[in-house]
Amino acid sequence: MKKFINDVNNVEEEMIEGMVKAYPQYLKRVEGTNVLVRAEKKTNKVALISGGGSGHEPAHAGYVGRGMLDAAVPGPVFTSPTPDQILAGIHEVATEQGVLMVVKNYTGDVMNFEMAEEMAQSEGISVKHVVTNDDVAVKNSSFTVGRRGVAGTVFVHKIAGAKAEAGGSLDEVQTIAQKVIDNVRTMGVAINPCTVPASGKPGFTLDENEMEVGIGIHGEPGTHREGIKPANEIVDIVLDKILADIDYSGTDVAVMVNGSGGTPLMELFVLNNHVQDVLQKKGIHVYRTFVGNYMTSIEMQGFSLSLLRLDDEMKKLLDAPADTPSFKVLG
Amino acid sequence: MTDSKTVLKVISAVSTKIKEKEDYLTELDKPIGDSDHGINMARGFTAVDAKLPLLEDKDIGTILKTVGMTLVSTVGGASGPLYGTAFMRAGMAVGSKTEISTDDFLNLMDAAAAGVKQRGHAEPEDATMLDAIIPALDAMKKAAEAGKTPKEMLTLGTAAAKKGAAHTAGLVAKKGRASYLGERGIGHIDPGAASFALMVEAATETIV
Repeated sequence: MKKFINDVNNVEEEMIEGMVKAYPQYLKRVEGTNVLVRAEKKTNKVALISGGGSGHEPAHAGYVGRGMLDAAVPGPVFTSPTPDQILAGIHEVATEQGVLMVVKNYTGDVMNFEMAEEMAQSEGISVKHVVTNDDVAVKNSSFTVGRRGVAGTVFVHKIAGAKAEAGGSLDEVQTIAQKVIDNVRTMGVAINPCTVPASGKPGFTLDENEMEVGIGIHGEPGTHREGIKPANEIVDIVLDKILADIDYSGTDVAVMVNGSGGTPLMELFVLNNHVQDVLQKKGIHVYRTFVGNYMTSIEMQGFSLSLLRLDDEMKKLLDAPADTPSFKVLG
Repeated sequence: MTDSKTVLKVISAVSTKIKEKEDYLTELDKPIGDSDHGINMARGFTAVDAKLPLLEDKDIGTILKTVGMTLVSTVGGASGPLYGTAFMRAGMAVGSKTEISTDDFLNLMDAAAAGVKQRGHAEPEDATMLDAIIPALDAMKKAAEAGKTPKEMLTLGTAAAKKGAAHTAGLVAKKGRASYLGERGIGHIDPGAASFALMVEAATETIV
């Protein structure tokens, strides 16, 4: 395993420091913790917090900034942060308007964020949360019960973030976050695994010609393995499952072709090419497209496709200005 | 039934036993989990050990809550939040007492069990630590009602916890990583149930 690391035990620490040093205008580290918050705290809005295991960069610290998150709490690689870290984040960014936490559906994440929420509430801080579960591949997995929260979570950060930035109440921000969750569906495929630094070996192995359909963002299994197909056919498999899950007919959608970290942009664009053609044929109008690394799995060679079914409210919030290290909308 | 000093002794004994059985617990976690239950619990209780000297003059509620907070911030995974919640809820139920009766003890165990159930969203027979906790609690309540001594009560509780843990081997897991394996998880004891049984055993061995 070749990686650009030093002592394997220091990867998360050095990553956090490297991020803060890259983006001092966006990020500040809460001293004594791994929590990253906006360099300039905004006090008259609902605070938005997210987080989860490291290894999915730029999720979630890359989305801290105007129009999106106020704080991101990274845990160890592929491991939920603990409640004390999350609570430190809540303490740092909480305002009178309250806090909304965006939690991905993984057993550890849900438990740890719920604990932090209870602790904060017992201190009189107004905290609510939503759980993202946009993956359509599998019902249960080795990381959670129920559907997994994957790249569609980024749409929640953007749209709920915009609502909060515009002065929405805690209830309003939670409601719109839930609306995004209810309208976004995602599925992924991998052709080569990732290696967690502390483990030193790949999380799974695929044969020379195999692909894992419905891969999870930790490299956990999906629906099945089969021989790798041409990109367009892979898109067909993924799109079929997504389109069968909720009714997209005649709607406007936002598309996210998300790289897992080890997939070249070249290939993401090849995949997007067919995504757009199929959607056009099916009369589904694409309002916005996002191609790139939004929620990765270290260096996994894979991708996920998310389709967000939009209405006028969500379109406005999607287009609202945002300025974060990894997601910007000019305004 | 017991006092702060003895509670500290019990926690120390639990910690020793968990660390002694680290490999056993990790082995249990290999086929149906991610092979780290023993490692995580040992790490958590090592951190607890460091806190014990600072708790020497504290009430039982504070001791238990501190154990819970320490576990939740060091164990990780699902066991951290589950055991963290168990100890914290037990501590909240006891409050600032420095001595507790058998009733107080059963009360705090009830609170711990309810905490685990709520945190993990689990039901009995889901093949989780609840399947060791609930039988243990039932056995201890019956023993207390029958007028048994604390030692006898805890001995019966340990036996029930062990039986409950063994029983999880025959269940299809509905929670945790094992639930992903479905039928393939049968034949494997839930690591959380096993570690809970060890805790009760350590408590039994410490109480005279």
